[in-house]
Amino acid sequence: MKIAIPVDEKKMSTCVCASFGRTPFYMLYNTENEEAIFLDNSAANAQGGAGIKAAQIIIDEHAEVLLTASCGENAAAVLNAAQIKIYKITESTAKENIAAYISGKLVPITEFHAGFHGKQ
Amino acid sequence: MKIAILSGKGGTGKTFVAVNLAAVAEKATYIDCDVEEPNGRLFLKPQDVRTETVCTHLPCFDAQKCTACRRCVDFCRFNALAFVADKPVVFADVCHSCGGCALICSADAVTEIEQPIGMIECGMYENVKVITGILDLGKASGVPIIKAALELVASPADELTVIDCPPGSACTVMESVRVADYCILVVEPTIFGLHNFKMVYQLVSLLGKRCGVIVNKADDGSSPSDNFCQMHKIPVLCRIPYTDKLAFIGAYAQIACQKDEKTKELFQQILETVYSEVAG
Repeated sequence: MKIAIPVDEKKMSTCVCASFGRTPFYMLYNTENEEAIFLDNSAANAQGGAGIKAAQIIIDEHAEVLLTASCGENAAAVLNAAQIKIYKITESTAKENIAAYISGKLVPITEFHAGFHGKQ
Repeated sequence: MKIAILSGKGGTGKTFVAVNLAAVAEKATYIDCDVEEPNGRLFLKPQDVRTETVCTHLPCFDAQKCTACRRCVDFCRFNALAFVADKPVVFADVCHSCGGCALICSADAVTEIEQPIGMIECGMYENVKVITGILDLGKASGVPIIKAALELVASPADELTVIDCPPGSACTVMESVRVADYCILVVEPTIFGLHNFKMVYQLVSLLGKRCGVIVNKADDGSSPSDNFCQMHKIPVLCRIPYTDKLAFIGAYAQIACQKDEKTKELFQQILETVYSEVAG
């Protein structure tokens, strides 16, 4: 199973990025061989619809689970339609959150924020 | 001649200037492009109002015809389409109605359906034709309403059209000033006013528009906004000091140039100046 995580850096010890749609990179962790690959987020600088495009990247990589701090409602709509499960992180690094997810400690996100659209 | 009235900051006096310019002209068209909160019609009270609905297009995908080639999704530069479970899905609030997905589809699977997003009101107030763009609550972009409102201007080139722009310097403002021959930037003599003035000045410069400034609620002429005009050689068309009288006239939804002879002369003078700037 593949787990997608928005991350700050392209290394195993990276922290999770606070933004799903505008994160610089995604980590894709494969639970079968316990290996991770990193992808550039081509949606990071999109003028609009970044969440939708970012969700598309996750779908195209055949991830089944997303671990994130938050997620916008448009991105959530795309991810839900593709039956990707979205869990809220509790730790700061990607590695710790993967461990937390595998041991069943993370809970699904049920509230999704409206787009920021330039607002902070 | 088309004059656009802009300001970066809200509440600087765009509508005050726009309404008075239209009212002192012999004949004019006033267009309220501040479609999220149009209030020019509170002053220029239009009679015999006609309304028309404004719609945008939203793509609709025929599942029978769609070959799941995904070209539409990859083509959409606004990221309004997602490709999930082998079919395109549209996000209405992100879609810019560009029609690209319908053009790129080789299977003829895209039809565009009309979606109402607001309306345009059109009426007469004395010598002024009053056009008001009104965006429905909750709609993402007023640009299609502004486009439709500006298309209604059929007046001859020598007749005055005053375009009352939305505040800020975003897409709606760019659309509003697109057809303008001249831009009047209404600024406040404050630091906050200057910040937004700079942004809107940058915008009209980028678009190659001629512009001049009206300092509203002006004080002694030494404000940051006045200094910025001097530094960049931006013509100051006039400085309107704050007075209780003007504030009262505005609060009672009256038009200053109809109530106060000095204000009337002031706006006539501004019009003459702008006419000669555009001609020269």
